[in-house]
Amino acid sequence: MLTDAPRIVTRRFSHPDSHTLARYLATGGYKALRKALRMKPGAVRDEVNRASLLGRGGAGFPAGRKWSMLRPAETTYLVVNGDESEPATFKDHLLIERDPHQIIEGAAIAAYAVGVRHAFIFCRGEFALGLERLTQACNEAYGYGALGQRIFRSPFSLDIVVHPGAGSYICGEETALIESLEGKRAFPRIKPPYYPAAIGLYGEPTVVNNVETIAALPWIVENGGDAYAALGAGTSTGTRLFALSGRVARPGCYELEMSKTTFRDLIFDPALGGGIVGGGELKAFIPGGVSAPWFGPDQLDLGLDQDAVNEAGSMLGSGSVVVLDRTSCAVRLAWRITRFFYKESCGQCTPCREGGHWLEKILRRIEEGDGRFSDLDLLMDICDNLAPGVSWPPQQTTICVLGPSIPSSIASAIGMFRTEFATHISIGNCPLGTPGGARAGTR
Amino acid sequence: MTAHFSAENRSRAEALVALYPKPRSALVPLCHLAQSQDGWLSAEAMEEIAELCGVTPAEVYGTATFYDMLHCERVGRHVIAICTNVACLLAGAYELVAYAERRLGIRCGQTTGDGEFTLEEAECLAGCDGPPCVQVNHRFVKARDPASFDALIAGLRRGEYEGEIPRHGTLCRVERAVALPGAATPRTRRSGG
Repeated sequence: MLTDAPRIVTRRFSHPDSHTLARYLATGGYKALRKALRMKPGAVRDEVNRASLLGRGGAGFPAGRKWSMLRPAETTYLVVNGDESEPATFKDHLLIERDPHQIIEGAAIAAYAVGVRHAFIFCRGEFALGLERLTQACNEAYGYGALGQRIFRSPFSLDIVVHPGAGSYICGEETALIESLEGKRAFPRIKPPYYPAAIGLYGEPTVVNNVETIAALPWIVENGGDAYAALGAGTSTGTRLFALSGRVARPGCYELEMSKTTFRDLIFDPALGGGIVGGGELKAFIPGGVSAPWFGPDQLDLGLDQDAVNEAGSMLGSGSVVVLDRTSCAVRLAWRITRFFYKESCGQCTPCREGGHWLEKILRRIEEGDGRFSDLDLLMDICDNLAPGVSWPPQQTTICVLGPSIPSSIASAIGMFRTEFATHISIGNCPLGTPGGARAGTR
Repeated sequence: MTAHFSAENRSRAEALVALYPKPRSALVPLCHLAQSQDGWLSAEAMEEIAELCGVTPAEVYGTATFYDMLHCERVGRHVIAICTNVACLLAGAYELVAYAERRLGIRCGQTTGDGEFTLEEAECLAGCDGPPCVQVNHRFVKARDPASFDALIAGLRRGEYEGEIPRHGTLCRVERAVALPGAATPRTRRSGG
């Protein structure tokens, strides 16, 4: 059901000038930072712990716990991860463009809470408008006294640098992002150490938080962690942005109370997705970014709840939901997702670099009508090399989770739509007759 | 010392380096700066970036070639990127790519003979509620079917998007107004180095 939960991170989106300092101040902006600065840093951390805020980047790690792991040191850093690139995820992009001050205020609150004096906002390079708005907001925040030396006349000082990315999906992985911020290729770092909180940017302890996580902090400080935790249920507290796309009548980014709303609500409610395009029939949906195993119509009544989706064998991940209808070709989707991972592999680990490429080539030939019946077993065999057992969550064979995420969509597509693969192979064509076909993009 | 950046961009470059605890962190921002000056990333620019970051030109090249947005070869004045990832694929992105290739007479990755247009197939651009997503020089435009794509090309040729869409390479037109405390000013850094 749709609840009457307040809009938290999107509350200013109805204003066309929501990105300006004037609008931000007129709508209560920077009050939370003033309040936080009157509190002890530990008290701010307590509020965030009470809120039980789960990280919104994809892994869903508790934000408060991440902060508590920061190794005490002379120099520490905060990095805000705004490199949103998970296919079909378009929430951070909106937050950056529409409410950059909220991110700056959230970052300042986080920095104060954990005692950091130097923060970076890593913004995906393709977000040119977002970079301009963040930079402008940063300039305004300095001028207003919300950044820089002795913020709002308190003893706390913070500098924020807006850093542009240059086009690489793997920068979303936090250790890769740190490497990129150090001016190198975005190669994920070997673990352990598992967390940048121990060894991060320039080897110093570093907190890396997602944009949406950071954007929730002003509301939490203003209204209290308990008020946030009162929304949602279980470990999935508060509200969350769900980016809905694909074969749905009203694609969009919706802020919804966690747990209480279901996938059925998101996809079919007239105020949200509004059902399948042209009144068609739902075939399947991807519940949390293209790394996630797919769900069928029988799982529509699952709540938008991290634990519930995990138990059902997938993940809420980055909060993006892609809807497939009867016109969507499962082979083509699996091929395109695999092609993405193969192209974005950083190339350090053999299973990912080679396996991703082989999988892409095999899926492409099936979609193009050159497949063999033995290809289905071959695909699963290669998947097994990438993530032994092809289970969920995947077994790791590589430095980061990119490679072992590749089998999810392939295993889902073959598991749910095996006859569709067989038809491609037997008739030597895509039965859905997609014009242009995969050939148009598989050179 | 190589001098590829204009005097103005050289001081911008030094200000960028001063934003980071270690100069190498400015490598990607400096590559963007070079692209904003030249439209692409030349070997001469990479030499100067190497000097500014304290690394070798090969390290700059090796890093730059990792990233999709950094072009070490000349590209068109307008780089048109069409996303073909899942949400856009379901909305006919490959059909749009095929049309764009016919319309411009080039394949993805190529540039028209007059140097006006480079066509690229992009990964998800995070605009999945209005597919298929098309960017020109990283600015979102509406070109979802052949007719609107034709209108876009005609508009770009006529210069109707001047101001709205800067030449390829210009990423962020807002400059940081505040230096960091204790950071060397561009002038002192220059005389020192």
